[in-house]
Amino acid sequence: MSGPGVFRAAVWVVQRDLRLATRRPAQVLQPLAFFAVVTLLFPLGYTPELAKLRAIAPGVLWVAALLASMLALESLFREDADDGTLEQFVVSGQPLTILLLAKTATHWLLTGLPLTLMAPLVGGALGVPFAALGGILSSLVLGTISLSLIGAVGAGLTLASRRGGVLLSLLTLPLAVPVLIFGARATELAIAGDSLTAPLYLLGAVAVLGLTLAPLAAAAAVRIGLE
Amino acid sequence: MSELTAENIWFYRGDYPVLRALSFALRAGECLQIRGPNGAGKTTLLRVLAGLLQAEEGVVRWRGEAIGGRESGFLASLAYLPHQPPLKAELSGAENVHFAVGLRRRCTAQQVRAALQRVGAAAFADRPVRSLSAGQRRRIAFAALHLDPARLWLLDEPTTNLDAEGQSMVSELLEQHLAGGGLSVAATHQALALSAGRLVALELSGVGE
Repeated sequence: MSGPGVFRAAVWVVQRDLRLATRRPAQVLQPLAFFAVVTLLFPLGYTPELAKLRAIAPGVLWVAALLASMLALESLFREDADDGTLEQFVVSGQPLTILLLAKTATHWLLTGLPLTLMAPLVGGALGVPFAALGGILSSLVLGTISLSLIGAVGAGLTLASRRGGVLLSLLTLPLAVPVLIFGARATELAIAGDSLTAPLYLLGAVAVLGLTLAPLAAAAAVRIGLE
Repeated sequence: MSELTAENIWFYRGDYPVLRALSFALRAGECLQIRGPNGAGKTTLLRVLAGLLQAEEGVVRWRGEAIGGRESGFLASLAYLPHQPPLKAELSGAENVHFAVGLRRRCTAQQVRAALQRVGAAAFADRPVRSLSAGQRRRIAFAALHLDPARLWLLDEPTTNLDAEGQSMVSELLEQHLAGGGLSVAATHQALALSAGRLVALELSGVGE
């Protein structure tokens, strides 16, 4: 008997994870609230002067986005490993790479995308001019895709260790440095009103590289983690 | 003609050989019952057969071909029901069955309902799995197995937590699966009520040399 196509199986996984997310909204909202709170602390803790805030806005936005994305990573594969879902993925006969990519895509839909959409709100508090929002949004879209993909590899690698939280951050944050650099640079250029083509291309390159390699690495890591 | 064969399987945990020179052959319509004390390697053997663990030595063949190739047809013919039913606690039983089966074949909501009815889980199929007892969860897992087109069932303690009626339900499902030309490997202490000639026993001894 022929099973459903790979694409259908992937859509299936996304649907299931989205439905699960509606059952535990707190888990989805926490990273977003974290992102909002951390960025909004700067006007309070540093200075309310918009000109000064504008100067640090790129770094603040990106570091907060990076940490918020990391916060949601721990649960990416952990629960599925604990309840046996990942084993079922492996024995399902569908390519594990694609199924994990689908899970990573869901992670992005629930973390990266909302973070991006929150950027105008948070950017306003940091004195980011309205004209820069387009550039910031596009850089965040590309950057958060990369962060989710890099994170999936880390989450796969830390599957076997019970308390993998800190280890996960230590593994993932160095790999995320290029995203941070190019993303902050793009945001800086957008605020200054300059062309941000170069950092956007680089962010796109990182995202494409992640899209090609990360699912393979994550699948290999998960297979080892399940043994 | 044996469909599933294991030849001289060795598997180590550290220095300790869990599986020692294990061999068997299983034909269509047969169920291999793995028995043995706790720690004898029953689950390990099932996981080796499912391809989740790699044996250090020896080869498992499905229809004459080694199961190593990951994209081979073997996994599509395989269903693995672990000791803990692989269910999502937040989803209802019906949703769990729907998603578990949907990964492997197309199935309609009516088919899911019918399967849940078949395993006696219709009454609690819409409650979140977290609120169900262990036996109820196992029934839900069997509903998914019932819809799975797999020819080879790997069952880890399939009758644990089930009441007498549930145990005979499992035996019936298994008998039906075998009669349809299926195969099964089950690790269980309990006797499986299968018709004569279907059961092949494999005794694992727990004590190392």
